[in-house]
Amino acid sequence: MLGKLDWSAIPFDQPIPLGAALIVFIAGLAVLGWISVKGYWPYLWHDWITSVDHKRIGVMYIVLAMLMLLRGFVDAIMMRTQQLFAIHGPGYLPPEHFNQIFSAHGTIMIFFASMPFMIGLMNFVVPLQLGIRDVAFPTLNSVSFWLTATGALLVNMSLVVGEFARTGWLPYAPLSELAYSPGVGVDYYLWAIQISGVGTLLTGVNLVTTILKMRAPGMGYLRMPMFCWTSLAANLLIVAAFPILTATLAMLTLDRYLGFHFFTNEAGGNQMMFVNLIWAWGHPEVYILVLPAFGVFSEIFSTFSSKPLFGYRSMVTATMFICLVSFMVWLHHFFTMGAGANVNTAFGIATSVIAVGTGVKIYNWLFTMYGGKIRFDTPMLWALGFVTTFTVGGMTGVLLAVPPADFVLHNSLFLVAHFHNVIISGVLFGAFAGFTFWFPKAFGFRLHEGWGKAAFWFTLLGFILVFAPLYVVGLQGMTRRLQHIEVDAWVPWIVIAAAGVAVMLVGAACQIAQLFLSIRDRDQLRDDTGDPWDGRSLEWSTPSPPLPFNFAHQPHVENEEPYWSMKQRVIAGQEPKTNRQYEPIDMPKNSPTGFVTAFFATIIGFALIWHIWWLSILGFLGAYATFVVFAWRDQAEIVISADEVERMDHDRTAARLAWLRRREQVS
Amino acid sequence: MSGQSDAMPSDITAGSATRDPYVLGHPSGAGKKGSGDQLATGHGEGGPASKFVTVTYGFWIFLLSDIIMFSGFFASYAVLANATNGGPTGKQLFDLTRVAIQTGLLLTSTFTAGLASLALERRSVIGTQAWLLVTGVLGALFLLLEGQEFITMIGDDAGPARSAFLSAFFALVGCHGLHVGLGILWLGTMMAQLWVKGFRADILRRLHCFSLFWHALDIIWVAIFSLVYLLGASQ
Amino acid sequence: MTAGNWQSAGMALCMRHKGNVERHAWKTSGSRQAGKPRVSRAVATLFGISVILTGCSGGVLDPQGPIGAGNAKILLNSLAIMLVIVIPTLVALLFFAWKYRATNSQARYDPEFVYSGRIELIVWGIPTLTILFLGGLIYYGSQHLDPRTPIASDKPQLNVQVVALDWKWLFIYPDQQVATVNNLVIPTGVPIHFTLTSASVMNAFFVPQLGSMIYVMNGMRTDLHLQADHVGTYYGQSAHFSGDGFSNMHFLVHAVPAQEYSAFLSGLKARTGVLNADVYRKLAQQGSDVSESAFGHAQDGLFDAIVRQALPPGPGPAKNQSGGEPAIRPKAAPSPTGSASPAPQEKEGANDAR
Ligand code: HEA
Ligand code: HEA
Ligand code: CUA
Ligand SMILES: [Cu+2]
Repeated sequence: MLGKLDWSAIPFDQPIPLGAALIVFIAGLAVLGWISVKGYWPYLWHDWITSVDHKRIGVMYIVLAMLMLLRGFVDAIMMRTQQLFAIHGPGYLPPEHFNQIFSAHGTIMIFFASMPFMIGLMNFVVPLQLGIRDVAFPTLNSVSFWLTATGALLVNMSLVVGEFARTGWLPYAPLSELAYSPGVGVDYYLWAIQISGVGTLLTGVNLVTTILKMRAPGMGYLRMPMFCWTSLAANLLIVAAFPILTATLAMLTLDRYLGFHFFTNEAGGNQMMFVNLIWAWGHPEVYILVLPAFGVFSEIFSTFSSKPLFGYRSMVTATMFICLVSFMVWLHHFFTMGAGANVNTAFGIATSVIAVGTGVKIYNWLFTMYGGKIRFDTPMLWALGFVTTFTVGGMTGVLLAVPPADFVLHNSLFLVAHFHNVIISGVLFGAFAGFTFWFPKAFGFRLHEGWGKAAFWFTLLGFILVFAPLYVVGLQGMTRRLQHIEVDAWVPWIVIAAAGVAVMLVGAACQIAQLFLSIRDRDQLRDDTGDPWDGRSLEWSTPSPPLPFNFAHQPHVENEEPYWSMKQRVIAGQEPKTNRQYEPIDMPKNSPTGFVTAFFATIIGFALIWHIWWLSILGFLGAYATFVVFAWRDQAEIVISADEVERMDHDRTAARLAWLRRREQVS
Repeated sequence: MSGQSDAMPSDITAGSATRDPYVLGHPSGAGKKGSGDQLATGHGEGGPASKFVTVTYGFWIFLLSDIIMFSGFFASYAVLANATNGGPTGKQLFDLTRVAIQTGLLLTSTFTAGLASLALERRSVIGTQAWLLVTGVLGALFLLLEGQEFITMIGDDAGPARSAFLSAFFALVGCHGLHVGLGILWLGTMMAQLWVKGFRADILRRLHCFSLFWHALDIIWVAIFSLVYLLGASQ
Repeated sequence: MTAGNWQSAGMALCMRHKGNVERHAWKTSGSRQAGKPRVSRAVATLFGISVILTGCSGGVLDPQGPIGAGNAKILLNSLAIMLVIVIPTLVALLFFAWKYRATNSQARYDPEFVYSGRIELIVWGIPTLTILFLGGLIYYGSQHLDPRTPIASDKPQLNVQVVALDWKWLFIYPDQQVATVNNLVIPTGVPIHFTLTSASVMNAFFVPQLGSMIYVMNGMRTDLHLQADHVGTYYGQSAHFSGDGFSNMHFLVHAVPAQEYSAFLSGLKARTGVLNADVYRKLAQQGSDVSESAFGHAQDGLFDAIVRQALPPGPGPAKNQSGGEPAIRPKAAPSPTGSASPAPQEKEGANDAR
């Protein structure tokens, strides 16, 4: 009846996960209770859960990402402290638990923290920057989000019901095969990633179509803001790479569920094929994460230097160059498999070539600052922290691309230090920078600068303190994923790294304090200009928060920085027209499709993980029914009347106009 | 989404028509070639594309990604083709007559799907429904034969668990079969929608996507037919 | 197993080991000049700090043989090449950020500076040149430090077969027909030819101070050549995660003078333990308990039987688990790392605490 599920799935004997789960559970109940008491359910349902507005979906993505960041951070703290306590001893986490933790940390950070954060930013910003009213497929967008949330839910469920994979964030076969991982951990991994992977793929399709087919009139390719370019590149990578992941994980699933032999030791299976396939996706994946962040930084460097981006075309070229080359380098993740000198040479050189494209970006940011008027607001601090530390992390990456060096550094903590060095400075800082940069746009008030700066400095310092020592122990020969440590020479460095995590914790606390205090003081931090940073692209031309339809009048674009040139004209005394006519606007209708789909996807995933076949069939039927009901609906759009548009636009625009005139007088 | 673009100048372009000096990434200076929109026309001219264009464009991209997924299975088949683990080989297993019939069925169904599109152009409900039905029936027959093939093989101790070669075979061909099955389900749903709702714009778009999907399945089958069956049987 | 019928396109991408053992009988592509383990002086000074930080502590920057020295040299040279461009970049970044701060009225504000052909050229050109240079190094290094290439030496090479078990290392001396577990004794100055495989899941064989690591995979054979120039005890570890007992997969390499090595061999031969298929099967069970850690006689052809999968892959947890979690606990600490202590001739790790 319940497949493999019984009471032994709940870890009553393991106080740590059980306690953690209990706390999360109680906290969740408290939040739900609070919502009920306050009577927020209808608001949540109508304005958020069923919303197909790209801005709201973007915000929900980011909320999910922040929650998962915290979960991933807790895992990171446990790993660093475990190694501290496990010097010549067992520490406090037995291997079967420790192994779940690093696997969950990697999985969560990559799939459920970084990806949703970047996708959230893209969702929120891209349509605004393109001067359009929504993405190409708004309902699909909501489905994507909720499927991602399903994946995150499944991963976190594994904490309490059963176990998570103990195979690392990429479940290398044959360790992940049934013979060596008989538990449900790998199944949790597989279904969580497959379900959220569908969501990610749909996002890719959605945003590629949006960017290529839905730009405002006049916005040619070479007038798109840099963030749109990098989003395009990232989504092209999603569309091209995620299907490989789907296929690979499907093969592993078939091996585990139906006795296939793709990657088994027996019957001619080929484990090296798994390694090749997973990295054919896995390498492009890291650029899927970092390219949007590059876009964020491009916007920030130009805005806070009060200059257009230097070498725009060069930047576009470099982006597409990275996009292309990233598909030709996957073998650098297993130089040590013994492929032979020529293969290693070829992939080593191909890999290091990416440094050219990335270097071009670094230098163009540098020359964007040159001759600028640089303001050091929080987003700019994150950007500067990024560009300096990322350069170091990129350099160690190129070092790993040199096969004979990789022969002694592969799978060492040097590697771990490399990729945190690029991922934290690139992706995480990019996420935080974008968060502080666009927060006022989304909510109409700024974040507290002081707390933001404190968060930056603590995070930066902690980051260096954690990972610089890991470079050193990596050079001393320490491998990754060690549950306990036997070599005394490593110990001092492990201690420093643990101290660094404490500093990072302070940074995270500042970040959370910043958010809560800013919400509390939102009236002082109110920004009614819609343009708090003296921005340059179209999203700053809208009031904050933007109206549901983004633009009352579709903008016409004449150059690369449409909003900036508008401001210039105002300053030059050329008034924008005020008495314009409004027209009715069609907007997509809210729909619970995404939420309901995700509900059934959760059921399907859970049932398949625990081999509860009847329940999974029910889930599939439910999903199909949802699809039919959605297809059946007669009305997909609602019309906002011209009067309504005018009313909404007028109030919000008045403040902006007043502000623009004030600027005019100042200059 | 409203597709129409605003004829009125927006607040951004209102005012002056002077060229903006902040033209990025190439030599600045007004009047010079390369500034302004002479060079950077791109595709953004008319504003967002129509719903029909975006939907089909998006679906195309989805199909491309689906094809990439199939290439993953093709690649695994290529790698494992000789890993028969002492078990039967393709030459011993493949029944080319059945496969030829299957191919015939699927190719015909593509053709009838095309006829359905033509009937759709004429806005003929009966014609569209009839040809869609034929398409679906042909697809179902195809699936029936494939099921028969699978069952025979499994009965002969040549199931997917027998060897890595057979795993790859079942996965690749089965994945295509799964697509055909889902396509039939979709087709049935579309027929019902057409019946009840008539030629509504969104239904036209979906039917167009469906026929793209069906054609893509056909192309993939041709690849399977030649790379798996013909090649396998001739080795 | 289907050894032998493996010619598909994937082979170029490192799927080649799946071939039969003969395929791997290598074509010696000329032997390499095993350079002296001396890192060029300029580089050494430049990286003095990191060497001080990590040297003498058993790391890869404290190599004890020609391969490790080669790795370290390439590593440091690549780093030097890149630092030449990265350090000025970092300095320029911080300098520009400082100089063009908004509060600095001295700096010229030039918002029109958005393109410069000359700068574009430099921006693309310099990294390209660096990479060209580095590419040469990559080519050279890959060719000369290919793990399959034998080390040139006037001494005949010693063959050692390595089998990664769950979760311990089996070392077979095929020519001497003896075997040890988690304890490798080699003579100094003699090139060692390792042939490696795994009983179950993937692992990587890695002795940081001796250099290059290599993956080990079930049903496949990989090759590696290493050499220890100095007497010492070196720490080794699996470098690829392999399950719950992974952290216990460390072992010691004792590099000893030739006479001591012969003494070790004769001592070993005097032991009674025999490594045959049955004993191997028992050894392949999951666990890190190494009560039987040396075998006076190792059956011929055992390694090839494992590679051919004539001996089936290790059983994994399902079969030897009495229920609950496998009780993997840290082994008692060995005393590793680069101290030049003479090799203990007794078995190591037999005092495994469990
Ligand atoms: C995006 C990816 C990502 C990120 C961000 C991180 C972040 C961190 N990681 Fe992670 N890590 C991985 C991806 C990532 N990691 C992967 C893929 C692996 C490999 C797994 C494997 O072996 O299979 C790994 C493995 C890994 C290990 C295992 C090493 C080993 O194998 O021995 C360790 C050990 O210390 C570690 C530490 C850390 C630490 C200390 C951080 C810290 O930087 C975390 C700091 C976190 C924060 C600073 C966030 C704080 C949260 C907020 C501020 C909330 C946001 C709220 C608001 C904005 C209001 N990581
Ligand atoms: C956001 C994520 C991200 C990014 C951007 C990168 C960027 C790069 N990575 Fe990294 N990498 C990872 C995430 C990332 N990586 C992860 C997660 C893993 C491990 C996964 C696992 O095993 O679990 C990994 C592993 C990894 C390996 C495998 C090592 C091993 O397993 O042994 C290699 C080897 O080549 C590599 C190389 C590179 C290179 C060359 C770059 C380049 O793109 C960097 C380019 C940037 C610069 C070089 C700096 C700026 C340039 C200049 C200032 C110009 C001048 C400089 C020069 C000419 C040198 N990475
Ligand atoms: Cu590559 Cu085995
Ligand atoms: Cu990579």
